[in-house]
Amino acid sequence: MSQTAIELNGISKSFGAVRANRNIDLKIAAGTIHGIIGENGAGKSTLMSILYGFYQADSGRISVAGRPAAIKTPSDAIALGIGMVHQHFMLVENFTVLENVMLGAEGEAVLNSSIGKARAELKRLERDYGLEVNPDAVIEDLPVGLQQRVEILKALYRGAEILILDEPTGVLTPAEADHLFRILRQLKDEGKTIILITHKLREIMAITDNVSVMRQGAMVATRHTAETTVEELAELMVGRHVLLRVEKGEAKPGPVMLSVKNLTVKDARGVTVVDTVSLDVRAGEIVGIAGVAGNGQSQLLEAVTGVRKAVSGTVTLDGTPVELTGEADPIDLRRRGMAHVPEDRHHVGLVLPFEENENAIMGYHWQDKYLKGPLLDIEAIRADAREKIEKYDIRPADCRLKTANFSGGNQQKIVLAREMEQDPKVLIVGQPTRGVDVGAIEFIHKRLIDMRDQGKAVLLVSVELDEIRSLSDRILVMFAGRVVGERGPETSEGELGLLMAGVDKKEAAE
Amino acid sequence: MSAPYAKLPAWADYGLIPLVNLAVAFLVAGLVVMLVGENPIRAAAILIEGALGRGQNIAYTLYYATSFIFTGLAVAVAFHCSLFNIGGEGQAYVGGLGVALVCLAFDSVLPWWLVFPLAVAGAAVFGAAWAFIPAYFQAKRGSHIVITTIMFNFIAASLMVYLLVNVLKPAGSQAPQTRTFVEGGQLPKLNFLLEAFGLSVRSAPFNLSFLLALLAAFLVWVLIWRTRLGYEIRMRGFSPRAARYAGVSETRIVIIAMLISGALAGMMALNPVMGDQNRLQMDFVTGAGFVGIAVALMGRSHPAGIVPAAILFGMLYQGGAELAFEMPNISRDMIVIIQGLVILFAGALEHMFRPTIQTLFASLSPRSAGIEAEAGKGS
Repeated sequence: MSQTAIELNGISKSFGAVRANRNIDLKIAAGTIHGIIGENGAGKSTLMSILYGFYQADSGRISVAGRPAAIKTPSDAIALGIGMVHQHFMLVENFTVLENVMLGAEGEAVLNSSIGKARAELKRLERDYGLEVNPDAVIEDLPVGLQQRVEILKALYRGAEILILDEPTGVLTPAEADHLFRILRQLKDEGKTIILITHKLREIMAITDNVSVMRQGAMVATRHTAETTVEELAELMVGRHVLLRVEKGEAKPGPVMLSVKNLTVKDARGVTVVDTVSLDVRAGEIVGIAGVAGNGQSQLLEAVTGVRKAVSGTVTLDGTPVELTGEADPIDLRRRGMAHVPEDRHHVGLVLPFEENENAIMGYHWQDKYLKGPLLDIEAIRADAREKIEKYDIRPADCRLKTANFSGGNQQKIVLAREMEQDPKVLIVGQPTRGVDVGAIEFIHKRLIDMRDQGKAVLLVSVELDEIRSLSDRILVMFAGRVVGERGPETSEGELGLLMAGVDKKEAAE
Repeated sequence: MSAPYAKLPAWADYGLIPLVNLAVAFLVAGLVVMLVGENPIRAAAILIEGALGRGQNIAYTLYYATSFIFTGLAVAVAFHCSLFNIGGEGQAYVGGLGVALVCLAFDSVLPWWLVFPLAVAGAAVFGAAWAFIPAYFQAKRGSHIVITTIMFNFIAASLMVYLLVNVLKPAGSQAPQTRTFVEGGQLPKLNFLLEAFGLSVRSAPFNLSFLLALLAAFLVWVLIWRTRLGYEIRMRGFSPRAARYAGVSETRIVIIAMLISGALAGMMALNPVMGDQNRLQMDFVTGAGFVGIAVALMGRSHPAGIVPAAILFGMLYQGGAELAFEMPNISRDMIVIIQGLVILFAGALEHMFRPTIQTLFASLSPRSAGIEAEAGKGS
């Protein structure tokens, strides 16, 4: 198939001084799956936003199916048969599937007749592409994988011939991701064109026909997927050679530093979100908790670190118990050697409007070295921040810069530097590389292994199965608030994937 | 999707944008003046002349500004903790009770310079106490501070009427007010400061509490940007979840921020009660608590912005009074409309012209403009 679905010529877009897209040429063949990869900030999203009409390019031409196209708004894009599935779903949570699919395409003021039409159309789409969803289910009751399917249905319902998916697998279990890929292949077989934006090289290799690599706003290469390798793509993305595997030696586990026994946590509605969880973390080992997002890992971390109250259970930190049910005191825990890199650096781990140096002391701002009586010792704080910037290679190296102006990877390094430099006994880490570019991931993984080798007890929670497998010495899998299994790091992805979906192969065999 | 805006240089952020907002407010106010058949340019001239024309007028302008500095700071401190304290009016009113009780007790035994610090403490303690109750409910029960503080304004008004009529009024007097304080309860005037510049001030209530207001502005700056407490207040203000993570107790920080806010509002009472009228009268706050909200908004919750904003509102109060006197078609209510427009454009619509100005800056000098992170971020 040599027909061209989309052709971009010389697309440039600047935001103030930043050139987000520089003179981009891209040709996407109809009926193929085309991957676009690049680090955070490489300009992938900007390019797709131009294609979908959120932004206007400063210069350059777009043609769709061989004809020049002026895309000024998303409705123009939809009219041209371009559909987009966003990373963060654009669904009304308390509407049904049918209502969500129709939203914005209702047709007329009285809904009766269009509801009938929409229902019939959904049936057809379901039949043609294997996209089964109950049209009357309410969105908030559906698992994430199905919600994503509704997003795809929405685009197809509007007649999309070209489908853009922005980081579609971030929230899916491996099984759900596989299912998504089957759907995408089927869509391709039906003649649809699919553009897949991702930073996961494995997905690119698994499903795309062609792949384009972006770096710093420019399109650096386009390859046939069959003719490239993961190593080459990674190097193109980062611009230098990258180590994809983490080098690590044998763990030398010492005494138990963190011990959790029968911990139970309820959320605000009284639903049990962590259900009698027990685990031990020894000095000098990394214990990884795998699981699909939303299975209680976040609440487990919060309860252990004193941010959230637990209902029952005990936590012991280096032999002494931790107050769990009363007014927990995160400062006291820090004093006793527990450092915590929270999952959500934007809302919890950092205060984005703060200057970098103000974030570099957050949670440790009570320490004498940062204070002069009731006053903050501004000089000491800034000197301390500059030291960490140097040591962790945080860029730009400006401790007075507003934290929001750092990239995701550098923001994460600010948090890591703060927590690791306290020389803790126990380090609790949630999603250390979420939204972090490849180069920084390498650095962060190395630091975590270093911490382990220095004899720290590390508890790691991540939804990235690769990360869990390559860093952990032991893996616990959480499902529906419970620890459903413990495995070694050499366990196959398939087995862990099943555990993450609540299926225990061993039990099933019995 | 964030729109692509350039970051503004500080002078544009803190100088140009407020000026543009102010200009538009006066433009619309001019239209209103035209509507009632007066010449807006002459009206503006009278207003400015009335506010700054003679030493006497300047003294009055600064007298009003003193009150607004206190209430503006009060609102700003709470803002930094992301609490909207609308109760400055009531806290100032009750603060007046603290001032009056100190003055009534000591005015004939102690000199003013000994009564003054006691009165400051009285004003602060009473104002803080009045803010404590809504703060406690917010921190412990989640009752919204906007609702509770506004309710407390009404309760304060009723309470003060009761106290003035039934308790504090001297026997035999018809007016609902305390007796007049003797010398020890009277703050010295600062009119000599203006006279030192060759201005003549016949008699104006401009008094020592102005200097206290400036000192308070400096101390608020120190508190917010240079102390551990201020750091924790700002952290809670930007992100309650981050504050909890960092070990800052929500209950404690909300209550402390509101106590400081209430104390600052309460200290406003020193200006009229001890500095001018020398007795506690009904309704002496006359809206200063609410003007404080506009002052804090316009001053962007920074003391360096609050002081000039308070002086601007002092000018509007003083110049407006002259204007109502000079132009028969312009009543007292018209002045309130003009003040309302300034609040609307400078406070509530503070961000209306920002995008335009930012785009303008981005296109004029892309190099001078920094970048918002959202612009380049993505994937």
